[in-house]
Amino acid sequence: MDGDPTDDGLADGVPAEGDGTGSDLWAGVRDVSPLMLGIVPFALVAGIAAVDAGLGLAEAVGMSVIVFAGASQLAALELLGSNAPLAVVIGTAAVINLRMVMYSASIAPYFADYGRRLRAGLAYVLTDQAYALSIAEYEENPERSRWRYYLGAAASLWVVWQIGTVAGVVVGAGVPEAWGLTFAVPLVFLALLVPAMKDRPTTAAGVSAGAVAVVAAGLPLNLGLLVGAITGVAVGLATGAVVE
Amino acid sequence: MTGALPVSGSARVWVAIVIIGIATYGFRLSFIHLFGRIDEVPAGVTRPLRYVPPAVLAALVLPDLVSLRPTVAATLLDERLIAGAVAGAVAWRTERVFATIAAGMATLWLFRFVVFA
Repeated sequence: MDGDPTDDGLADGVPAEGDGTGSDLWAGVRDVSPLMLGIVPFALVAGIAAVDAGLGLAEAVGMSVIVFAGASQLAALELLGSNAPLAVVIGTAAVINLRMVMYSASIAPYFADYGRRLRAGLAYVLTDQAYALSIAEYEENPERSRWRYYLGAAASLWVVWQIGTVAGVVVGAGVPEAWGLTFAVPLVFLALLVPAMKDRPTTAAGVSAGAVAVVAAGLPLNLGLLVGAITGVAVGLATGAVVE
Repeated sequence: MTGALPVSGSARVWVAIVIIGIATYGFRLSFIHLFGRIDEVPAGVTRPLRYVPPAVLAALVLPDLVSLRPTVAATLLDERLIAGAVAGAVAWRTERVFATIAAGMATLWLFRFVVFA
């Protein structure tokens, strides 16, 4: 299909899915809404950090729109603020976002039937949260319209992320740091992690990845995250082979 | 070295934003683009993918909850770890994001402003 030069990626490649109404889109919006409790403080912090690093409103919003990946934005802002070499700023942010390749590979089979343009658009809003929610929903409710559900969750996150960034820039450092609102971010990931460890191999993957990431937290360029994740996948595969 | 170039102020920020943005979009699009061109996803790819969510999520979360300190007591008596443990238990019992956040933040504040204050 994709090799066809007449494929504009719009007219075809979107099979009939779901009930064709907006209910699948709204299911995505509804399921992502509790996560906003973690996203709003995260976005506020991204805006506050941008001000701290000397960025203006246009640059802060530009970063949230063009990059749209919180952890890498925070790392890049910290390095920009401390006048690190551009290569280090870019390299660090890129390494943090390498996990997107894993999400892309994991969700790609569910999008394989869609046209090129739709897939290109869906890829732009791929985030930890949209990925985790959608993968879980696809397994539980195979009859859902996959792209509508995903877009409902992902686009909601995008809108809230942009508004939160602007609010963070405007509010500045108004929220007392002692409240530790950014702690809501790991709590969100924790709420997604626990149900993801559903049997012995997936639990082994999570436990080993977490342990290695903690020990490797001191590695430069945030390599601890990648080393931990790769270890976890390897341990999961090995455990799975033994259990079978 | 890029850092040695006389790129300063706003230009420096925009160069960083645009290059990070292009790289990140490339990561996001990579397999989503590729799988449209191949019919069957090889088992060698799908099998490891099963373990990506628990592995990546754990590697994201744990370093935010645990910092290795010189003694076991100092490592364990950390308000973030205690709050994370409570939140983890709530996540396991309820599987609800809001309840997990509420339990975690409440525990963090309890230990930060009352117990360890």
